[in-house]
Amino acid sequence: MVEWLIEPLGFAFVVRGLIAGLLAALACATLSAFVVWRGMAFVGSALAHAILPGIVVAYALGISLFIGALGAAILAVAGIGLVSRRGQLREDTAIGVIFAGFFALGIFLLSRIVSYQDLSHILFGNILGVARGDLVAMAIVVAIVLLGVAASFKELLVTSFDPAHAVAIGLSPDLLRYGLLMLLALTTVVAIQTVGVVLVLALLVTPGAAASLLSRHMGRIMAISVGFSVVATAVGFYASYYWNVASGSAIVLTLTSFFLVAWIANRIARRASYVS
Amino acid sequence: MTLNRLNYGGTCHIPPIPHTAALAVQGLSFRYPGTTVETLEGVDFTVTPGERVALVGPNGAGKSTLLKLILGLEQHNRGTISVYGNPAHQCLHRVSIVPQRSSVDWRFPVTVRQVVMMGRYVHLGWFKRPKSEDRDRVQHSMEMMEITDLAHRQVGELSGGQQQRVMLARTLAHDADLMLMDEPLNHVDISTQELIFHTLERLTTAGKAAIVSTHDLGILTVHFSRAVFLDHRVIADGPVREVLTPETIAAAYGFVFHRDYHGVPADSAQPHGHYGGDHG
Repeated sequence: MVEWLIEPLGFAFVVRGLIAGLLAALACATLSAFVVWRGMAFVGSALAHAILPGIVVAYALGISLFIGALGAAILAVAGIGLVSRRGQLREDTAIGVIFAGFFALGIFLLSRIVSYQDLSHILFGNILGVARGDLVAMAIVVAIVLLGVAASFKELLVTSFDPAHAVAIGLSPDLLRYGLLMLLALTTVVAIQTVGVVLVLALLVTPGAAASLLSRHMGRIMAISVGFSVVATAVGFYASYYWNVASGSAIVLTLTSFFLVAWIANRIARRASYVS
Repeated sequence: MTLNRLNYGGTCHIPPIPHTAALAVQGLSFRYPGTTVETLEGVDFTVTPGERVALVGPNGAGKSTLLKLILGLEQHNRGTISVYGNPAHQCLHRVSIVPQRSSVDWRFPVTVRQVVMMGRYVHLGWFKRPKSEDRDRVQHSMEMMEITDLAHRQVGELSGGQQQRVMLARTLAHDADLMLMDEPLNHVDISTQELIFHTLERLTTAGKAAIVSTHDLGILTVHFSRAVFLDHRVIADGPVREVLTPETIAAAYGFVFHRDYHGVPADSAQPHGHYGGDHG
């Protein structure tokens, strides 16, 4: 068993893959509780897709994927804000329009610029294809995300719970929301490496959702989310190595099974408290 | 949102100007962007320290809007608002709000203690963690509102009355000089209502000012010395006994009151139109 676990770690590229996966799990799970409780699943999904053109352009120009992704994310968020600001259209409508447009642009550029092999890696992730330089960039980004959440934790709490009070004490809920969206964009770029654009949403929503079924305390929800994500990533990693399945699908399926278990546990607990 | 509103946690050293009103509103007009109707039109009134004022009017009269303008949640078009002699929003710690229940996300996973601690944020600002002084104040506020045993519960699990006690405890922790409350008595049990008023009475006796919006006319006579009737403009303002007349109520709630002139019992007077609020 131990041998089975250790064997893959003899290769540097495999170790890099595992570290990259764990970094992505950490960042996603940290944000997951806020995504779930602030109702940001749709905008999270939209952002994950909207950064595609930025990544393709950065890839083609040979610059950092993070810069490309962040640029696209800023444009998308600004576009959503601009379209929905005057109240003529609901925000989710604006998100839907911008998200689809950006994603289509990304696919268009992909098909013109890069090969199908690269396309499948961006869409579905390739945990065993992480370069050394990528890993350093990912670690820096994850550190920014964790520090960002830690530094603004109490402000995120108050703007989520009671925006009127937040404004009254001089905070801008919009500013925090945009900050959170930027952290989401950064996290998404990291996670694309392991699960790809299509399944990033699962890493952002499922851990927080599963954890919320087990606790009503924000700190604990975040801790449980991180635990679930890290274990699921490890499972996905070994599945990918030994059975040659797409790492993203294995990670997300593991997370989904955690969610099911949490859901059943929650149902049983509620029934028990109802009976007693 | 203007940038001068982003002074979260910025310590305010401007002292309250002595012998000035806790709140002075002059010629205040406001219209929501994209609408043609003035929500507030030339509103004037002042509140002195130690006063407990009821802001009365039907739903849609502009009560919440007025409170939002005082807080700076919306920018007014005309007029001035000053708090203890200084422009409003200059010293954010001086004004606190118990918002309307519907503007709070009660399901968000925060504990009672965390919510009460939010009252201290205005004194903390970015990157600062609560100190022992803040924790003591939070503890004391929870004791005053009799919710210490609920400290670790998630606020969404509580009853309406308990939730409102949490919000009042937060206002106590905020330690503001002017307390605003937007319909704090909706879905609140009688004992909580009594506790809220008892606490308000203690605080106003100590020199703080409070403005409580309500559409419940019943509580006026018991708990307030002064009422401001609002229906886009100030319809009546004065001691409750003087302003709580059938005529003012009729004017505020938008129906014509027919005073009977034959000495017939008052119940023969038929109000026209619909009564906007609900009796508590």
